[in-house]
Amino acid sequence: MTAGTLDRPRQRRSKPWPETWVAAAFVAPAALVILLVVVVPLVRAAWMSLFDIELTSPGVEPFVGLRNYVTQLTSADFWDSVSKALFFTGVTTALELSLGLGLAMLMDQPMRFRWLLRSIVILPWALPTIVNALMWRWIDNGTYGSLNALLAQTGVIHDYIPWLSQDSTAMWMVVLADVWKMTPFCAILILAGLQGIDRELFEAARVDGAGSRQIFRRIIVPLLTPIILVVLVLRTMEAFKVFDIIWIMTGGGPANATQTVAIYAYRTAYQSYDFGQGAALGYLIAIFIMLLAAVYLKLLRRTGA
Amino acid sequence: MINRYRARGGLRIRAGVILMAAAFAAAGCTGSSTTPSAAQPSAAAPASAAASASAAAPSAAGEAITLHVLLMKQAAYSDTDVAAMTAAFNVDHPNITIVPEFVAYDALHDKIVTAQAGGGGVYDLILVDTPWPAEMVKAGIITDITDKIPAEFSTGVFDAAWTAAKYNGKIYGVPWINDTKFFFYNEKLLNNAGITAAPKTWDEVEADAKAIKAKGEVKYPIISSWKQAEAVICEWTQIAAAMGGSEFVDAQGKPLFNQGGGLAALKFMKKLIDEGLVDPASLSSTEDDVNTAMSTGQYAMTLNWTYGLNVMNDAKSSKVPGQIKVAPSPGEGSVVTSGVNGGMSLAVTATSKHPAEALQYALFLASEKSQEMDVANALPMWKASFDNADVTKNNPTLFAAAKIQFTGLVARPVVPYYTKLSNALQAAIQEALLGKKTPEQALNDVAAQLPSFQQ
Repeated sequence: MTAGTLDRPRQRRSKPWPETWVAAAFVAPAALVILLVVVVPLVRAAWMSLFDIELTSPGVEPFVGLRNYVTQLTSADFWDSVSKALFFTGVTTALELSLGLGLAMLMDQPMRFRWLLRSIVILPWALPTIVNALMWRWIDNGTYGSLNALLAQTGVIHDYIPWLSQDSTAMWMVVLADVWKMTPFCAILILAGLQGIDRELFEAARVDGAGSRQIFRRIIVPLLTPIILVVLVLRTMEAFKVFDIIWIMTGGGPANATQTVAIYAYRTAYQSYDFGQGAALGYLIAIFIMLLAAVYLKLLRRTGA
Repeated sequence: MINRYRARGGLRIRAGVILMAAAFAAAGCTGSSTTPSAAQPSAAAPASAAASASAAAPSAAGEAITLHVLLMKQAAYSDTDVAAMTAAFNVDHPNITIVPEFVAYDALHDKIVTAQAGGGGVYDLILVDTPWPAEMVKAGIITDITDKIPAEFSTGVFDAAWTAAKYNGKIYGVPWINDTKFFFYNEKLLNNAGITAAPKTWDEVEADAKAIKAKGEVKYPIISSWKQAEAVICEWTQIAAAMGGSEFVDAQGKPLFNQGGGLAALKFMKKLIDEGLVDPASLSSTEDDVNTAMSTGQYAMTLNWTYGLNVMNDAKSSKVPGQIKVAPSPGEGSVVTSGVNGGMSLAVTATSKHPAEALQYALFLASEKSQEMDVANALPMWKASFDNADVTKNNPTLFAAAKIQFTGLVARPVVPYYTKLSNALQAAIQEALLGKKTPEQALNDVAAQLPSFQQ
């Protein structure tokens, strides 16, 4: 080996990039996208929320400080829409989680055609929300909907019920549509958690004399808690800012019975041209969601997940 | 132990990141929606000036131009009708490509706001409903075309059609659709109940509905589009006009809708629900739902726009083709008939790069010749068309009813705060219909909010 051949590799070898630079280069494209589509609008919206910006008064945009926030926080309509959103969130999340857990347990059982069951179960989630909402609006229609036809022909009801026209039933029908669509999502995630549990734990528990109920309470539930909490967090956030399914099915009616806070914000910003108030509402929604997130984070820590 | 700790810590961190990202995404979604307004104030004025300048000097013939047009797919002209008109337009303007976009009526207003408000503007030409010119002029979305409207439009078009095109004495749109809600009835169901002619007053509607219900053929004789949307405002306005209430607010901006005809109409609507004459499902029904319901043959009477007659009698989708007839909307007392003004205009946007061509296209669509091409879904807005036997021969009853109603249409108020007022009234009317408030209380509550809308 000559000196020349020994030198060649040394010439090619330039000083390597520090590891952090390489990492930054990989992260930069994604960070740029996030900056443009999340951070910039966030900052812009925060700035706008401090001004009185009405599209019908161009050029007149006085600085109002926190007045937009105060206006909303003292508005009965705002709190009414928050309570509707909380109701929707609470009921849908509870139902989707409990039904999803049951469904996941079923899909985890060894059985013939399990693959078929799993494929069928996931179908509602695969439907676009707008299709799901239109489908349920059709099903729930008080004059020609199939739900009334089914219940009347099976003798459950005598007269057709205007499901989406009564304030006592409209929200429940929207909840039903959302639960039908999103339960499979919960079930699939929980199923993934179930499959991560070592089966030997079940066998060991059975050898020790544990029944199915004890296995469920003492082994499955504790080990599934982290994934259940993650599902809970995701569904809570999605449900609190629900818009599309309600907008399509009821438009927030009847008599604002299904007007959640996102619909209220949309009406304020886009139908009333009040973008300052709309921006403030966007931030209030985010604050509510962050509060909920903080509670869940605390739960996560407490469970040691 | 260390690994377990790391694993738990990692999960906590990841969960935390997910939570925060989702929370910020939620804020970003809502918050970012408001960004378009920022550029609006400064963008509107120069764009408007550009529009005027270009309108005076159309592009040279042959230059390839694409116009984006926002229209409605519900009532009035269908996408097929527009395609036929556009094909005719392209015979003389082969260089202009029209890209129409059709949305549901309930999405039209918000689509215009989101697309045009930022000043960037997607559309060259937009469809504007009767109450919108004021707010869209103030928001700088549409442009003044007063001096560009041909003289024959001023004299030949029904006065009512101009409401959707004018604001403060200036013209901001080319009138295109002249529509109102007609009274449609299932002739067979009426005849079976011994009724041989369409009711001429709302009292007669109530009496006939009771007779039909007593016959037992249908549970609810009337279906209405009273959903919490613009639909319920249109029907309430039409009945209010029959009962003497033709104005929402007076010249000083004081509320009139909570008294006289407006209040009487709401009480009457509530009475029809309480008597079991109107299907309660009406509270979630749009005009399209009403068409479907009438097509089942289970309802005897309704109000709807012109296009409803064609849909309800369509042999492909209706169980009662040919049975649905049309009559002028009932009046009451000294009012022979009434109609809500459902006119719409085509307005050139302030952001259009080709305002002259957009105006050319709008004028072509609105011309007498174009409007007479197909009168199945929309009636012409030209007075002369109603005296043209070749045009009226297909449906003389509809033209006869329209000729009476078009002379006295009642408009929803053309004020900058209309959408706020409409939203409040929609909810209030439904609160009264659901029995959550009395009609007086519901309308008075909106009247109390009126000053805040006007600020």
